[in-house]
Amino acid sequence: MAMKISTDQFKERVDKGIHDGFMRGAVASAQDGMGKKRHIAADELGNWEDWRSHGEEIRQHVLENLDYYLEQLSENVAKRGGHVFFAQTKEEANQYIKSIVHKKNAKKIVKAKSMVTEEISLNAVLEQEGCEVIETDLGEYILQVDDHEPPSHIVVPALHKNKEQIRDVFTEKLGYTKSSKPEELAWHAREMLRKEYLTADIGITGCNFAIAETGSISLVTNEGNADLVTALPKTLITVMGMERLVPTFEEMEVLVSLLTRSAVGQKLTSYITVLTGPRQELDVDGPEEFHLVIVDNGRSKILGSEFQSVLQCIRCAACINVCPVYRHVGGHSYGSIYSGPIGAVLSPLLGGYEEYKELPYASTLCGACTEVCPVKIPLHNLLHKHREVIVEREGKAPISEKLAMKAFGLGAASPTLYKLGSKFAPVAMNPFTVGDKISKGPGPLKAWTDIREFPAPNKERFRDWFKNREKGDK
Amino acid sequence: MKVTLFATCIVDLFQGNVGKATVELLEKLGCEIEFPESQVCCGQPAYNSGYVKESKDAMKRMIDTFIDAEYVVSPSGSCITMFHEYPHIFKGDPVWESKAKTLAEKSFELTQFIVDILKVEDVGAHFEGSVTYHTSCHMTRLLGVKEAPMILLKNVRGLKFTELPGKEQCCGFGGTFSVKMAQISEQMVDEKVRHVEETGAEYLIGADAACLMNIGGRIERKGMPIKVLHIAEVLNSRG
Repeated sequence: MAMKISTDQFKERVDKGIHDGFMRGAVASAQDGMGKKRHIAADELGNWEDWRSHGEEIRQHVLENLDYYLEQLSENVAKRGGHVFFAQTKEEANQYIKSIVHKKNAKKIVKAKSMVTEEISLNAVLEQEGCEVIETDLGEYILQVDDHEPPSHIVVPALHKNKEQIRDVFTEKLGYTKSSKPEELAWHAREMLRKEYLTADIGITGCNFAIAETGSISLVTNEGNADLVTALPKTLITVMGMERLVPTFEEMEVLVSLLTRSAVGQKLTSYITVLTGPRQELDVDGPEEFHLVIVDNGRSKILGSEFQSVLQCIRCAACINVCPVYRHVGGHSYGSIYSGPIGAVLSPLLGGYEEYKELPYASTLCGACTEVCPVKIPLHNLLHKHREVIVEREGKAPISEKLAMKAFGLGAASPTLYKLGSKFAPVAMNPFTVGDKISKGPGPLKAWTDIREFPAPNKERFRDWFKNREKGDK
Repeated sequence: MKVTLFATCIVDLFQGNVGKATVELLEKLGCEIEFPESQVCCGQPAYNSGYVKESKDAMKRMIDTFIDAEYVVSPSGSCITMFHEYPHIFKGDPVWESKAKTLAEKSFELTQFIVDILKVEDVGAHFEGSVTYHTSCHMTRLLGVKEAPMILLKNVRGLKFTELPGKEQCCGFGGTFSVKMAQISEQMVDEKVRHVEETGAEYLIGADAACLMNIGGRIERKGMPIKVLHIAEVLNSRG
């Protein structure tokens, strides 16, 4: 998997999404369920807004001092006997990981869920090297079994599938014979996965938060799979986005609380795994060798730019779970492993405007995302900022739109022009008007009237009514 | 009290009734209404599409038009939200930032003005019918006006209120989104219309003419009997 998940054009992807009734049902009920749970979990804390401000403060502080904390982190990992590699690009990250695979002559790799490894296409690279790569997060596992289908959500990757579809996938690919009961499906996956942990040569994880002061990494799961991935294989590789760290455990506690409540409405997840370097003398388990790969892959370009706040993201997906656009088109429509509002902001930054120029427009700027973000990223403002960049710096807006907006600028800024234009609007729209409405509008209005009626301009503008009334009064 | 009315371009051109109801309602509440002729559009359509340069001239025009007003009141949460955005848009501008701040501080959405400034919670309205209310995104989330319309509607005699399911969800208007992303917009407005239908209400009320044009236009196209009214019209009604 790479960050880009489809070769279809944006319109084709949206069209597919809108016509996928199963997916839309699954997404709507997941949004309604998770949205409610998030609300309850946030209210429970009593002072959610203070928590959000605290979360924002922590993330901003880390970004402002990123070089300092990255250095502290890498020193402390090294002190405990771990290896740290800074990868500027995805190629560098993959090359480094490949070199470990060769050194260990590894054949089998188990993985805990990690978006950054999807971003750098790590699985494909490892498979090319002849490795068997097994995803152990249940959602990721389902997608992997289903011919490597891309994730449609950053926290719940198989959100778009219902249990019957999952049963069908298991039946076809794994010889599963039982029902579509979630417990039975999960049990089957558990049985399949258990033996893989025991025979894997290398474990690979992502990282929710690294802790600079101690050189630890932390992983938040509900399945305990990260515990096994970090405990059993002899070699462990953790891959993290370069911004995913906190100064101390104190800040980690705040962010984990914000993360689990925002993501799935839980006070805490079932497992929070913390690993500090390779196995030490008195440890009973843990890897003999530990590598931390810190990935830049375009992030340092965002740092210091007008989009810096997007790096505050803790990947909770609260914004995705309330987005009314995501609700109807689903995650695959975004064409990127990062979907929803956060994906619409992040994907053009990491993958370029050429590939993702439509995403910032796939929003009504309703602000639902900004309202729920636990670290206060002004997501709808960043979407707007992208539009500004696309129009004014990149020059990628359509010419017809540019002309229309130029005309708007002139008309709206000049009362004389505005008054003249608005006076003649009823006359201009007359050929299209039936009664008091327009059902078949010309030009850009057509896209509106294909779906809804458009009101005909009033014969008497409000301003004329007001003026006449004033005169009458006098 | 002197009120300078910012009618909005949609009301000026398409929804004259909303403007009239706003004027009459505020007069009943003892306000003296002024309508400066030089008002145009707040600039939002161009601004939200990314045409910041093109929209700034319109914004400056609006600032100059309303800067001397005592209170600026508008029957549109979204357009007033735009006035409140001006200080951010002109941030760092030696002339316009402070002027924009002055304007933002005295600009109010209609129901917000009635409840917070006039301190009136019962406007004496009488409206017979079952209604549901669409909470517009910009007005509730960005401007932060959530309670005022509810307080005022609660005190309207004869009005039967049913809450709209999924009320926090956007109706799919989003300015140019409605035509640029028409296919997605259609799905959004359809879900909104389904929710309105579920309430069984005869009327859909809202405080933003643009959202109402979107939802109302879809209701009309589907030939449904639900009537759409702006909250100013309901509050101005005397039975």
